[in-house]
Amino acid sequence: MTVKDTDMPRQAMKMPSSLIVLRNILGFLMRSPTSAFGLIVLGLLIVIAAFAPWIATHDPYAQDLANTLQAPGNGHLFGTDELGRDIFSRLVWGSRISLTIIFLVSIVVGPIGMIVGTTAGYMGGRLDTVMMRITDIFLSFPSLILSLAFVAALGPSLNNAIIAIALTAWPPIARLARAEAMTFRKADYIAAARLQGASDMRIIFKSIMPMCLPSVLIRLTLNMATVILTAAGLGFLGLGAQPPMPEWGAMIATGRRYMIDSWWLVTFPGLAILTVSLAFNLLGDGLRDALDPKQMNRR
Amino acid sequence: MTSNVDIRDLSISFGEGPAAVKVLPGVTFSVEAGECFGLVGESGSGKSTVLRCISMLTDFWQGSITVGGRDIRQIPRLERCRLLQMVFQDPYGSLHPRQSVRTTLSEPLKIHGLDDHEGRMRRVIRDVGLTADFIDRFPHQMSGGQRQRIAIARALILEPSLLLLDEPTSALDVSVQAEILNLLVRLREERGLTYIMVTHDLAVVDHMCDRFAVMLHGEVTEVLPRTAIDGNHATHPYARELIGASLEYEGAL
Repeated sequence: MTVKDTDMPRQAMKMPSSLIVLRNILGFLMRSPTSAFGLIVLGLLIVIAAFAPWIATHDPYAQDLANTLQAPGNGHLFGTDELGRDIFSRLVWGSRISLTIIFLVSIVVGPIGMIVGTTAGYMGGRLDTVMMRITDIFLSFPSLILSLAFVAALGPSLNNAIIAIALTAWPPIARLARAEAMTFRKADYIAAARLQGASDMRIIFKSIMPMCLPSVLIRLTLNMATVILTAAGLGFLGLGAQPPMPEWGAMIATGRRYMIDSWWLVTFPGLAILTVSLAFNLLGDGLRDALDPKQMNRR
Repeated sequence: MTSNVDIRDLSISFGEGPAAVKVLPGVTFSVEAGECFGLVGESGSGKSTVLRCISMLTDFWQGSITVGGRDIRQIPRLERCRLLQMVFQDPYGSLHPRQSVRTTLSEPLKIHGLDDHEGRMRRVIRDVGLTADFIDRFPHQMSGGQRQRIAIARALILEPSLLLLDEPTSALDVSVQAEILNLLVRLREERGLTYIMVTHDLAVVDHMCDRFAVMLHGEVTEVLPRTAIDGNHATHPYARELIGASLEYEGAL
């Protein structure tokens, strides 16, 4: 078809413009100290997770029973735990687990919340009522308790924890997307799209979703902090990652027993959780300012 | 395709039960193919609602609307889109703020599976008096007049024969208004379009329309030819008053 040919220059044009958008957003984030902190911490986290085998000084699973509960220093940067495993290496490897959880939860929660919210908001009427009551039901449970119930039903494992967190994290995003969609559905450009023969689905995906995307992205970033905390909470309760996985929450849980004498067992995983969730919060805050159309498309 | 419009007993009410508000009690008028027909009247007299009914943006009306002799309800959606298009009042609200001109114009072409996107876009952009380098701009990079030209281009790209104009110039600066009106006049001559145009401004009617209807509280009080404006040949008292006030205002200027 000839459409293909005309699409070629369009694609060629599009790549640089989306790169420009990305560069503008990153540049904007780097200008404010708080969001720059968030960005740098997360960049570090990704680098650490990607190069974990080279950064970690020890095997995270290698036990050394002659060398248990050793204080920081002496070849072990953050000390060793009750089985003589190097805490620094476990933290480094644990960053992979945290990133996996965040990534999987976000790619499940974002689209689900977005689709439910924009569809309900755009279509309105009975469909809206039904969808939002379902959302309300999910929203009315405390998320950690609901996750606990899911994990209890499905059995404790990292994957089940991810499913449980995803199931409890989408309703706020759906609510947000719906509220946004409702403000745009009466706009003239939506009426114009309908007059051009666009189906409801096309309007939702092409016209409504781009408008909701920035606020959903911001919410998702802020949500990541909660996701980390919930995952750590589940791990702490023994319902998330199972030993011997070096998940941060689980590390605190096992370290709790030795907390009085060996402070390093809980302090360093705790600091890691604190720093990363703080970074996500600051980044989310910065994105709120950065994601505005004039900012994005400035050349 | 001929696109004479015939509207009979068009009525619509918003809300349900005893709280229902009848906005149009019963509108009847007809527009010849190739004609420019004006709808004038004060705010809230139902002018824009008539356009939304014709375009099926509001579809719960009673009565009958035919375009080119065919019931508008019977025409399939995509065919209807190629038959009639609408230009909205506010160019700041009628273009998607996150879509470039290219996306805005190519979307309808994709929906309708038309070929030669690039060529069609370039032609229509030139037709509305802009240059091809506007294709990659975003709405916030254009002035009000330029935006309205793009909105007109979007309406024209499917090559409709009937254009519904909902106060296309009232959100624009006076000098830009004249440009847009002249553009609309030229496009009608070139393409043989039929216009139904809602406006407050009798000067616009005088400039563009062949005939016009004066609306009051959702009813057409009188349909007059353009020549009735000079010398105020209206017979209905409200229409006389409206035209009289407009003439007085123009005279005062």
